[in-house]
Formats: sequence, structure tokens, C-alpha cells
Amino acid sequence: MSFYEKLSVRQKQTVWAWGFLAIPIIFYVVVRFYPTVNAIILSFQEWNLLGARTWAGFDNYITLYHDPVFWQVFRNTFVYLLIGTPLSLVLAFIIAYHLDRVRFLHGTIRALYFLPFMTSAVAMAWVWRWFYQPVPIGLFNNMLATFGISQIAFLNSTTNALPAVLAPAIWAGLGFQIIIFMAGLRAIPKTYYEAAHIDGVSGWTIMSEITLPLLKPTIVFLVVFSSIGFLRIFDHVFNMTTNNPGGPLNSTKPLVLMIYDTAFNSFDMGYAAAQTVVLFVILLIVSLLQLRLLQDR
Amino acid sequence: MSATAEELKVRASAQSLLKGSSAPVKRSWGQYVRWILLFAGGVLMVMPLAYMMSTSFKYSFEVYNLNLIPEEPTLENYEYVLRDGRFMQWFVNSLIVATLTTISSVLFDSLVGYTLCKFRFRGRYIVFIAILSTLMIPTEMLVIPWYLMAQQFGWLDTTWGIMFPGLMTAFGVFLMKQFFETVPDDFIEAARIDGLNELQIWWIVAMPLVKPALAALAIFVFLGNWTAFIWPLIVTNSQEMYTLPVGLTTFSVEQAVEWELVMTGAAISVLPTLVVFLIFQRFIIRGVVMAGLKG
Repeated sequence: MSFYEKLSVRQKQTVWAWGFLAIPIIFYVVVRFYPTVNAIILSFQEWNLLGARTWAGFDNYITLYHDPVFWQVFRNTFVYLLIGTPLSLVLAFIIAYHLDRVRFLHGTIRALYFLPFMTSAVAMAWVWRWFYQPVPIGLFNNMLATFGISQIAFLNSTTNALPAVLAPAIWAGLGFQIIIFMAGLRAIPKTYYEAAHIDGVSGWTIMSEITLPLLKPTIVFLVVFSSIGFLRIFDHVFNMTTNNPGGPLNSTKPLVLMIYDTAFNSFDMGYAAAQTVVLFVILLIVSLLQLRLLQDR
Repeated sequence: MSATAEELKVRASAQSLLKGSSAPVKRSWGQYVRWILLFAGGVLMVMPLAYMMSTSFKYSFEVYNLNLIPEEPTLENYEYVLRDGRFMQWFVNSLIVATLTTISSVLFDSLVGYTLCKFRFRGRYIVFIAILSTLMIPTEMLVIPWYLMAQQFGWLDTTWGIMFPGLMTAFGVFLMKQFFETVPDDFIEAARIDGLNELQIWWIVAMPLVKPALAALAIFVFLGNWTAFIWPLIVTNSQEMYTLPVGLTTFSVEQAVEWELVMTGAAISVLPTLVVFLIFQRFIIRGVVMAGLKG
């Protein structure tokens, strides 16, 4: 204690600061940084969880390059991204724009749109999976039947399954995007609109010259945020296709599900680690690209 | 250190979200059409939830009925699921994991955020950047090394094993640091002169001033851990250790799924968050906006 008493005020502060940070720093080093490095190292090794870890150079990456399943999965992952992000953002913007102009029961309607965001993906995947069942179980096919329309194989078709899995993922995230859009819209100063009205500017010009440009920070955030979400899609796919995860015929399998399968069903740890590194690089490139593209303009 | 203009704007818009619209609204037929379409869309949004709830009160022979109101409502499914025992166990597991990670995250995130905001010492910028940089690393890249760690330390299939990766969040550190910027340095200086030590200043002076942010963070961490799926799926392998989402997945083992029981399970897993949302609605939406626009 006498050692501490002799310190200057500034030095005492430094002691306190590092004291406060000690446990968190250990946590971040052990649970975040070390595993990151370990994953990268493992991606250059061969390991089935039981034997010894042996060096394999770029073998895992070369295998990945020649793996037809990987390219199918790669395609699926980008289909989720390229349909999911634009579709959900356009929908969310339209709803937010109009919701912003509604006074009567505004809070109630907003809550209706937001509620799905609060639910767990697993529970909701099961609800949707039930909707998609053939007659007499599934709700959608029952509805079609009452109108005399022929049945649709939602989850058992290689062409329909991916959109059928994507729909609930979009549905679940919509509420969050609407709220963020509405906050962005509210942040635009009212005076801009008043000035535009006085100048007699038309509605469409107001949208393209005032609303959208001023909303750019919000749009950038939402594009990056939801892209990352769709690139990492897993819970919905896994739970809607549990009898044959990623099926039928890998037509719905995203990269994260391939990683899970490789690591915890085939126990090919090095190969799975290489896939995680690829996922990491894709996420990094996509978010940097989008930030650059959207912020420069 | 005062709030930046951008932050003030975000805060103002978060506040205004809770009041009525700021845009001028004309009374016209178009306005009625807009309201009806939006309301219909909203009803459509909650339809899956409504069907989930309704089916949980139906007998199996009525599952195929499109009516939302059961002809013969029953609590049989709930009785069955609760008497099964496994389900209660999963519920308790989820509750323990989500509660403990929330307490740990909120305490440590705010302590780190506070330290990085209010102390001047060499290296603080590097620590901040290092912690923030972990936000770029996807969980999926870490699960394999975590699994190996858990295996080595005997944490597989334990509550601690499910919890340890979630004890702190970099996002929380960032959020809390931003909010501690709004606590005037004078308050802290005054407390120091009054003879409080640094730990007391953090806990007694600073923490109460950022309560709204703490609550928002707590809600996010709890929700995140309550619905977490991939890591609990990997780290648990006996049914008694499953969390709710992982347990729900096991309903598919048999080819014939008993949909009314699945919907009951789903309803039980979703109900707590829905109740919390309906009670704290304003608060949660404000938290979403603040957290969202800052992240």
C-alpha cells in the first residue's frame, strides 16, 4: 500500500485503469484473439479431432477449390445475399416511409411489424416449416386447395426450397430495418421539406434529391448489417431442413451449414477451418466494398 | 468530451420515434388507403405468430383447421410439454445461460467502456481498437477453436461451456463508451475530491447516470443469448444440457412431427420475449435505434 501512496495522481489512475482492464483483456486474448489465430493455423493443417495435427500447406484450400459442393454452397450463399438484402431493404423502406406518415394507432401498427424481430429464428423456422407442408397439414397448401389451385412443393423442390427458406429470414429482419429507416427519416430536418414545398418541387424530386441522399448513412448501415446477416444464414436453413440439412440436394445449403457439417459431422477440422477463413474473407470484402461504394458517391 | 452532432441527431430521432410523425399529414382518401394497407400488412406480419399461438391450444385433429380460434380450446399440449420435464429443463438452462451472460456482459462491458472513456493512460487507444476489431471476426470462425478449448478444459456439455464465449461483448464496450461520454468529468472529479475510490466512482456515480443504456444493452444481450443457436448446438450433446432452441430442433427426429406440440414448444420459447417487448416496447425501440445507428 505504501508503494501505491507514493504514486502521482496520474500514475494511480494508470494502476486503476489496468486493474479494471485486467480480466477483460485476458478474456479477449483467450476467447477472441487466440481462437482467431488458431482457426487460421488450423486451416493449413489436417486433423480429424483424434490423431495429431499435421501440416498440409494449402491442401485444404485446394480441395475447397475443386469441391463441387463448395461452389454450389457459394452460389446459394450469394443468392441469399443478392435476393435477401435488396428485397428486404426496399420493402422496409416503403413500409417505413408510409408508417412515418400515419398517426392513428401508429404505435400499434409499428409493434405489429416489429414483433417478428423479437422471436427466435429456430421457433419461427418451425412455424414456417409447418406452413409449407403438403395437404392436409400445411397452411399454405390448404389455402391453395380451397381455391382449387394445385399443390406447391415448397421445401422438397430444388428450385422452391431456397426462396421458401429465405422468406422467413426476410420476414424476421424486416421490423428492425423499418425502425432504423424511420429513425433515419425523422433525423432529416423538417425545414428542407418546407423549403421544397415553397419552391413547388414535386414529390418524386423531393425523394431523389432530399430524402434518399440524406438517408445515405442509414442505408449504408442497413446494407452492410443485413448483408452480413444473409451471408451468415444458418438457423433458418438448419431448422427448416433438419431431416436433410441444406437439402434437397444441397440446394439450400449456405456456407455456415457446410462449415458445421464438415467440422461436427465429418470431423474434418482443418478443412472446416479453411471454410471459416473463406467466410471471414468474404464478409470482409463485402463490407469494405459496400462501405466504399456507398460512401464515395 | 461532449456528444457529437451526429449523436445528438440520433438521440433526437430516437426520441421523436416515440412521439407522432414529424411529417405533415393531410387528411385525404389517400391517407385512409395508406392506413388500411399498412394495417393489413402489419396483421400479415404477425400471422405466423398468431397461428403458432392458436395451434398450441388445439387438439391434434384440429391442427389442419385454418381457423385461428380453436373450436375446442385445450391446455393439453402445455400440460404434455411441461410434464415431459425435458422441456422445463431446457427452459431453465436457457434462463440460466441468458441471465448470467447478461449480468457478466453488462458489468464488464460498462467497466471497460468507462475505463476507456474516463481514464487517461498510455495504450488505451490500442486496447479500444483491439477490442473493436473483434467485431469483424464472425462467430463461425471461432466455434471450432472454442470447441477444442472446451474439450481440453472439460467444458463440453456444461452450462459454463455454453456461456464462456458470451461473457463480454465488444459491441457493448463500444456502446457503453459512447454513453459514458455524456457523463460530465466534473462529477467524477468531485467524487474523487470527496474521497471515493475509482471503483466506487464507477459504481455509485457513473453507473446510475447511464441506466437507460445499461437496460438497452441488457435487453440485447439477453435476447441474443436466449435465441443463440449454433454454439449451444455444438457444445452440448446430452438432452439435459440443451438450451430451448437446440431442444426444439430435436422435434424433427421422427418423420411424423406432432405439429401441435412443436407449436406449443415454439410458443413457450417465444412468449417471454413477446411479453417483455409488450411491456417495455418504447424502451426497446429506443434501444434498437441507438444501438443500431451507432453500430
